[in-house]
Amino acid sequence: MSFPASVSTLNNYNDLYPDWTQREVSTGTTIMAVEFDGGVVMGADSRTTTGAYIANRVTDKLTPIHERIFCCRSGSAADTQAIADAVTYQLGFHSIELDEAPLVQTAASLFRDMCYRYREELMAGIIVAGWDPRRGGQVYTVPVGGMMTRQPVSVGGSGSSYIYGYVDSNYRPAMSKEECLKFTAEALTLAMERDGSSGGVVRLAVISEQGVERQVILGNQLPKFSTV
Amino acid sequence: SRASRKRECRIMATVSVCQYHRGGFSFENCKRNALLEADINKLGFSSPAARKTGTTICGVVYKDGVVLGADTRATEGMVVADKNCSKIHYISPNVYCCGAGTAADTEMTTQIISSNLELHSLSTGRLPRVATANRMLKQMLFRYQGYIGAALVLGGVDCTGPHLYSIYPHGSTDKLPYVTMGSGSLAAMAVFEDRYRPNMEEEEAKRLVRDAIAAGIFNDLGSGSNIDLCVITKGKVDYLRPHDVANKKGVRTGNYRYKHGTTGVLAKTVTPLNLEVVEENVQTMDTS
Repeated sequence: MSFPASVSTLNNYNDLYPDWTQREVSTGTTIMAVEFDGGVVMGADSRTTTGAYIANRVTDKLTPIHERIFCCRSGSAADTQAIADAVTYQLGFHSIELDEAPLVQTAASLFRDMCYRYREELMAGIIVAGWDPRRGGQVYTVPVGGMMTRQPVSVGGSGSSYIYGYVDSNYRPAMSKEECLKFTAEALTLAMERDGSSGGVVRLAVISEQGVERQVILGNQLPKFSTV
Repeated sequence: SRASRKRECRIMATVSVCQYHRGGFSFENCKRNALLEADINKLGFSSPAARKTGTTICGVVYKDGVVLGADTRATEGMVVADKNCSKIHYISPNVYCCGAGTAADTEMTTQIISSNLELHSLSTGRLPRVATANRMLKQMLFRYQGYIGAALVLGGVDCTGPHLYSIYPHGSTDKLPYVTMGSGSLAAMAVFEDRYRPNMEEEEAKRLVRDAIAAGIFNDLGSGSNIDLCVITKGKVDYLRPHDVANKKGVRTGNYRYKHGTTGVLAKTVTPLNLEVVEENVQTMDTS
């Protein structure tokens, strides 16, 4: 196909509209979840970007799906919000039918079914974590593509690449709740330091038989590493 | 291979399902556009982006409710198409929505949701909630996968208090105490980040929104003209249009027209043009 020379003017279309007004909103992100005996600890950063602009610097990426089941969202904000809303509805319906608390594995399966069926259209990396009476604290990861697998510790999002080494070397099985919280906060801080698409505050959630405890660690309260 | 399996499935689908083409959005051109884009990219160019109505819109939650603000310029490329258009749309008596992006999309989307919300409100017998309008808008925009270019700031007061949402064309939403959208949103957000405080008084909130929109008007080429405000509180809505005429058209101080008598008349001849009627044809107009 040949085009006239004037087509090159299309590139310079309007400096009036900066690049980020035409980009999709993405939660380029760092998310993490860890199992401990009696529950799970989940953490996420709080940055949502459209291109180079931060659309929301205090996002809550830890979304409740049921009373004791949460999910961490990464990827396209629209896709993950739509999926989470759909799964929340499906799980709520299922729970009323059973007349008992749903299993974390059920929630993860619902996510997996949707993410796999529509894998060509969606861009969503989700970590499902929670507590149920049958198997206690569980973390399931559903990355882009629609695989589902249970892991004792899972990281996701664009910032996760920077902390695989830290997580692999610092994770020990059978950590306590406080150790898990410290481990998660430090891992997220390190990722936020290095990844441009992650930042803001650290949001943490602890899910156990007793319920859900939520925390926010503000920028100036984050653990300090290098003094450079 | 995976690619050939996908092709087989598509062929089977068109054979087994007979669908009448009803009205509504036709996605046929999307495939053609994708092919064109691929061809253009191969030559090293990028395809033209969708046209937007460069805008500054914003909203803020204050003590008694929300204040929404917008500029009034609508552009077609580099030309101002409308110097005083209204960007704050009615959704329900207690919920209003500012729209940035493609003007037609914001207009029609807000009208559709306003209509559906009125029916919903009659069905429930209650005043509609902002969260309901948010759900309806995000589900519609997600369904159209970003092809409806509507970036909205939705605000209102309902039985649960004042709420403010920003809604993006792909269907993601953020619930925040202050939001800005449009090409002038960076300028407006700079003002908000500097001076926003929780639980402001009405006058302070109006001044803050007015200044944020003014920052967009004077620093962004896509925004201009006047500042419209909409103050929503429990039981009352103040639609201030215009709240501030920031750009008044100037008065010309000089005139290029010459006065009568500037050029002296030396001689004057009048020659009548005599026309002869050749043919007359009468056609009656059907006024029945």
